[in-house]
Amino acid sequence: MTDLTELGVAAIRDGVAKGDFTAVEVAEGFNANVAAAQAALNAFIVATPEKALEAARATDARRAKGEPLGKMGGVPIGMKDLFASKGVQTTAASHILEGFKPEYESTVSQKLWDAGAGMLGKLNLDQFAMGSSNETSYFGNVISPWRRNDGGNAPLAPGGSSGGSSAAVAARLAPAATGTDTGGSIRQPAAFTGIAGIKPTYGRCSRWGIVAFASSLDQAGPMARDVRDCAIMLEAMAGFDPKDATSLNLPVPEWEAGLSGDLKGKKVGIPREYRMDGMDADVAASWDRGIEWLKDAGAEVVDVSLPHTKYALPAYYIIAPAEASSNLARYDGVRYGLRDLPDGANLQEMYAATRADGFGAEVKRRILIGTYVLSAGFYDAYYTQAQKVRTLISQDFKNAFTQCDVILAPTAPTAAFGLGDMVSDPLSMYLNDVFAVPASLAGLPAMSVPAGLNREGLPLGLQIVGKAFDEQGVLNAGLAIEQRARFSAKPGRWW
Amino acid sequence: MSNYRIQGATGEWEVVIGLEVHAQITSNSKLFSGAATAFGAEPNSQVSLVDAAMPGMLPVPNRECIRQAVRTGMAIQAQINKWSRFDRKNYFYADLPQGYQISQLYHPLVGEGSLEVILDEKDPEGSTKTIGIERIHVEQDAGKLMHDQHPTMSYVDLNRSGVALMEIVSRPDMRSPAEAGAYLSKLRSILRYVGSCDGNMDQGSMRADVNVSVRRPGEEFGTRTETKNVNSVRFVMAVVESEARRQVDLIEDGGTVVQETRLYDPDKNTTRSMRSKEDAHDYRYFPDPDLLPLELDDAFLAECRASLPELPDAKRHRYENALGLSAYNAGVLTADVETARWFEVLLTATAAKAGKGEAEVSKQASNWLISELFGALNKLNKGLSDSPVSPEGGAELLALVADGTISGTIAKQVLEKMLESGDGAAAIVEREGLKQTTDTGAIEAAVDAVLAANADKVAEYRGGKEALFGFFVGQTMKAMQGKGNPQLVNQVLKAKLG
Repeated sequence: MTDLTELGVAAIRDGVAKGDFTAVEVAEGFNANVAAAQAALNAFIVATPEKALEAARATDARRAKGEPLGKMGGVPIGMKDLFASKGVQTTAASHILEGFKPEYESTVSQKLWDAGAGMLGKLNLDQFAMGSSNETSYFGNVISPWRRNDGGNAPLAPGGSSGGSSAAVAARLAPAATGTDTGGSIRQPAAFTGIAGIKPTYGRCSRWGIVAFASSLDQAGPMARDVRDCAIMLEAMAGFDPKDATSLNLPVPEWEAGLSGDLKGKKVGIPREYRMDGMDADVAASWDRGIEWLKDAGAEVVDVSLPHTKYALPAYYIIAPAEASSNLARYDGVRYGLRDLPDGANLQEMYAATRADGFGAEVKRRILIGTYVLSAGFYDAYYTQAQKVRTLISQDFKNAFTQCDVILAPTAPTAAFGLGDMVSDPLSMYLNDVFAVPASLAGLPAMSVPAGLNREGLPLGLQIVGKAFDEQGVLNAGLAIEQRARFSAKPGRWW
Repeated sequence: MSNYRIQGATGEWEVVIGLEVHAQITSNSKLFSGAATAFGAEPNSQVSLVDAAMPGMLPVPNRECIRQAVRTGMAIQAQINKWSRFDRKNYFYADLPQGYQISQLYHPLVGEGSLEVILDEKDPEGSTKTIGIERIHVEQDAGKLMHDQHPTMSYVDLNRSGVALMEIVSRPDMRSPAEAGAYLSKLRSILRYVGSCDGNMDQGSMRADVNVSVRRPGEEFGTRTETKNVNSVRFVMAVVESEARRQVDLIEDGGTVVQETRLYDPDKNTTRSMRSKEDAHDYRYFPDPDLLPLELDDAFLAECRASLPELPDAKRHRYENALGLSAYNAGVLTADVETARWFEVLLTATAAKAGKGEAEVSKQASNWLISELFGALNKLNKGLSDSPVSPEGGAELLALVADGTISGTIAKQVLEKMLESGDGAAAIVEREGLKQTTDTGAIEAAVDAVLAANADKVAEYRGGKEALFGFFVGQTMKAMQGKGNPQLVNQVLKAKLG
């Protein structure tokens, strides 16, 4: 019998529907993988095998009764621990929310359960989704299942902030997982671990019930083994939600049915500003291959300019911390989560003790930056200026999209780096998101697909950025690359 | 120009006043959540996940709250901004679950407007003054701390958390306690007409931050202080008076007024310092990224405008011009929307019963309401809202007077019995036999008896003391228990006294 944990979303959905195997068998297989890998990879903060089985049993029962199984019928998934799960600890990988069990379920996760998916557990992440290596989690860093081919076995970063999600999917602990992307948090970890992931247009997926990092940027999306699986899962996650005032009131397209790797008549833009001095040679070569693949798929390749690219990262590191400094004010020890009340402490002292103890160093750094840039006397110089840059970046994309349908670029400037390599140098860490951040600021759909291995045997991703609402165009270009890259490498099971 | 001056040791001072009024918007649910807003509910029984700022919760604007604020803006002839935006005002406090208040700093919903106040209520024909209103913005209320529930801890009640408020900011256009009081009363009146706020100051639905400074008449503005959360018209006037006095004394003693926030102590009738500008928070305002800008279309604005009722100024003019009421009566009847509503029902019913136009019965109806019913209710410690007599009941009573069934004097008795028993006027008149008599024989008999018993006074009258005529009328009416038709009594007396 085939190893069911080698199957992706579409294969599981179709196999369960046809009766090739049961949903319970699938859930049991993944539950076993989750348990076996936990000590080595630390991908989950909480495993919920019983939830996965419960959903699987419900799917099998529906099938027995001849009822429809849903877009995700029988597919167990990992849930990034940023989504509120009713009755299950939801922490954002922070100490301050340790033990917090919401009485509500996030809109996106509820949609997935309604579509027949089951939950394998809550996935580790960078604390409050702030980080690019999963090293800021209060619950310990996630270890990438990938290793360099130098025999050194140095532990590598799975990317971040959705590092538990990327590691779990790459290591076959889950066929798919949810991610959230604020400035690359789906795409960069997907690239680091050889999987696919898409951040849809801002507003496609409801933010209701997702612990907020930077509200104007946060967007949920799927992470899975291939483009088709992403399309299926995104259909289940997306949709208008009246509980989110920034939710897009648009019908959800049938992205899976619309998949086509034929790009005849399409134009692909190559942004010249992304070709930076000192670019990693393997990354540059991978990008060039990507260009050839898209030409091969029938697309015309055009040179485009995104002139304000160099200001994107600084603007992002003003806007995102500014919003975060305010969004995280609610963690004050008054109503839920950690409360640190030293003897005789007054309210201010309780706040100080609780937040000093409850937030990690990176979260504190961003709260401080955000508080600073919003302060009287600095607001115009930082926040207002950053918003202007954001408008210019959106304008850059609008202009570019008059000449092309999608944009192709590397997802990240490097392959996965070693754990600890960048911890003492936040700026280098931030630079890892340099290609991902512009699409976030513009709210555009963007995806990373695996494009091959570098000389160290580590995955590299290619990024496709599309016009607002054109997830289909992004997915189709991703599919064209996938069909030509024929990426089949996977990490050895060393754990 | 107000003549109000504070007499200092070194000369006269003028006070400059601006008010920031927080008015709770009347709506069934909160500004950004579906939780209820009823006053006096059990602590924390009206709190949604959004109001408690649970992780991942998001605000969604309540259209009805926006609509009420827009209608209020229209009622003060203000500019309505079709594009406005919500900002976050960041600060930490235990009654503020989000760690920020959603408000509107940079782009308020309502811009420049104004309202007109009558400077002396007792002289409604006297001068009026226009008070500028800078803006109205919409914001969330905070929760409430309870310090008396536990020896060392404070409890938090989040029922008010997220309730919609309008902050109505005046220009510093007021120059006396009376003007400040008149402005607040007028604003409250308009809000109640519009229905956007119930104006219940004792329940905290409406409260004012009072900005006061003093200066030599005609000179530049002085440094102002802001006294927070003053919750009655009387207290606002008292704050202005005591704070202006304090500032004058301070300056004349060589001190300087510092810009600060103060609190009013009604027991001592003084204000005291709460925090100075140096301790002021840096609120780090920025646009709320959870909310899109608020864009209003023409259809929405048209609906808001169409739904506005007749407002107090227009109503007062109509009462004076179309109904022929005195300025005083028109002012009294239109000051509060409930009074005006009551009066209009009374007027319609009275006119219908008399088969006359409203203008023909308006004086009778308004005089009765103001001099008879208000007085009677006052004695019972009641207001119109809990009056045992309905406007239809009042009309029934007035009809009995109008058609001569009872006299005005008897009408007073009947009203008292109506208030006691809740019965209708006609039933009481019938039951108590209070119908006025037009039987000339009975009247003549009564007059004869009165004249016979007061032969001395008859002689005095005939000797030229004509003022005694009223005495004979009174005696006759008394003898007839008030039921004699006054005109007939007059006629018979005149004839017999010759």
